[in-house]
Amino acid sequence: MLRMDGVVVRYPGAAAAALDRVSMEVPSGAFYAVLGPNGSGKSTLMRTLLGLRPPDAGRTLIDERPTGAWARRELAKAVGAVPQAESVAFPLTAGELVSMGRYPHLGPLAGQSGSDRSAVERALEACDVAELADRDVTTLSGGEFQRVRIARALAQEPRALVLDEPTASLDIRHEMAILELLRASADEGITVLLITHGLDMAARFADRMLLLSHGTVAAEGAPTEVVRADTLASVYGWPLAVTHDPETGAPRVVPLRSGEG
Amino acid sequence: MSRGVLGPALAVLLVLSVLAGVRFGSVSIPTADLLDVLTGGGDAVDRDIVLRLRLPRVLLGVLVGGGLAIAGATFQALLRNPLAEPYILGISGGASVGAVLVLALGWMAAGSWTLPLAAFGGALLAVALVFRVATATGHAMDVRVLLLAGVVVAAFFSACVAFILSVSPARTVQSAVLWIMGSLAAASWQSVLLTAAYTLPAATLLVGLARPLNLMSIGEETAYYLGADVEGVKRLSLTVAALITASGVAVAGVIGFVGLVVPHAVRLMVGSDHRVLLPLSFLAGAAFLTLADLAARLALAPAEIPIGVITAFVGVPFFLVLLRRSVSAP
Repeated sequence: MLRMDGVVVRYPGAAAAALDRVSMEVPSGAFYAVLGPNGSGKSTLMRTLLGLRPPDAGRTLIDERPTGAWARRELAKAVGAVPQAESVAFPLTAGELVSMGRYPHLGPLAGQSGSDRSAVERALEACDVAELADRDVTTLSGGEFQRVRIARALAQEPRALVLDEPTASLDIRHEMAILELLRASADEGITVLLITHGLDMAARFADRMLLLSHGTVAAEGAPTEVVRADTLASVYGWPLAVTHDPETGAPRVVPLRSGEG
Repeated sequence: MSRGVLGPALAVLLVLSVLAGVRFGSVSIPTADLLDVLTGGGDAVDRDIVLRLRLPRVLLGVLVGGGLAIAGATFQALLRNPLAEPYILGISGGASVGAVLVLALGWMAAGSWTLPLAAFGGALLAVALVFRVATATGHAMDVRVLLLAGVVVAAFFSACVAFILSVSPARTVQSAVLWIMGSLAAASWQSVLLTAAYTLPAATLLVGLARPLNLMSIGEETAYYLGADVEGVKRLSLTVAALITASGVAVAGVIGFVGLVVPHAVRLMVGSDHRVLLPLSFLAGAAFLTLADLAARLALAPAEIPIGVITAFVGVPFFLVLLRRSVSAP
């Protein structure tokens, strides 16, 4: 459903391309994780895929249609996105923020219909933030705010979700709750593209993974194919070992201290 | 206060402000006589005072006050900056240069229309300059660059004003300073109709953009992902709001604080949904400026205080009280 073919993105003044001939294919209903060190091009990949920064070469496709050929609102109905950062400058309740997810479904003057309200309610419930609806978002904790933003993307009732490090500031419980929510969404047929630093979690939840390094694809495939000590050590520039967790059987990345291993 | 109550309350306040603005002044007109005049009767002197002098002045205050408030609310949303106000793009500086030039060169002799025209032209020049700078880096308009460009353009124009004033005689300096502080004294039916013909459709258009403005106020990237036409909305609403401001400055000079304080006051009472915030800001700004003008006329009657002094004297303490209450509220 989400595809990139040989995408090149070059920022003005930068010596190297931010994305260099990146290709990927996210099938419908897949849980797809994009990983890589800081500055490897993960956020650029999201912006380019969704048309915010058109590629300098190559093409991006959503549902087999070039991103640029989509009408803005149609694209927002198809793909819900949660960017990495967002600052609310004026007082706004969590309920109002989530209701903004209905924007692509509304006419310019029409009010919210019953189906809009029930979509918002379902999204609030799914992210466990219904009781925060009347709270000013500036008073929410980091984890609460993240869940409210994900609820807004769900309120768009999209066929795909793209999220940039949504669990970066969250504790174990909230991180797990969000990943379970994304996994359940994928199982219901919603395509999920998750940008994350969490190698272990990505390996446990994702169907496929893409590892970026300096704007190029270093590895792509099932978690067991991507989470390999030699690949990761060279991409992250740090010695590490990959073990298997005795509880879950999932691969686990262990960065080594000097003298270890 | 809830949204449902504040709207009608502001509408009633506006009507009362307009009636008070027409009734009171250096000559007070009894309510019964005022009603006679407004229904087409009354004696000639009362008719002259009400219909030729006071009504256009009061209506101009409604249009300029409402326009400044709705423009201020729009700038705050687009620039995501609570300090944004209608003059932030250098409009006041550009208009002042135009007006001061006309005063210094004695062009007022050519007709009373020269001053508003020059002020409007100066305002447009400032906006065009700022937009040009903000789009110079690429096709997208960067609001941070816009903000900085506005500040430096305003600084440049105020240097121009200072230069012109420094080589002008004292009389010119005084009339320039009075113009810069704002006044509705030059109101005429012509200026009311001209201002209304632009301000009312423009304000309606901004209210129509309320939903995308809601999205823009939480960030352009998010607004884009939610389906808003970010660049289109930004250009259209900035242009429309800048022109509302320029047309207000042309007829009433630089009236401060209305466009900054009123949107914040309304926002503190009803929240940040622009579908509510924009129309209520217009009503509140209109009532506020009408009352401020009345105070400017009455305080030292028969002399007039610049209206900008009143808007600052009243607006600032009122705003501080609101701010304090909103900060201390849970």
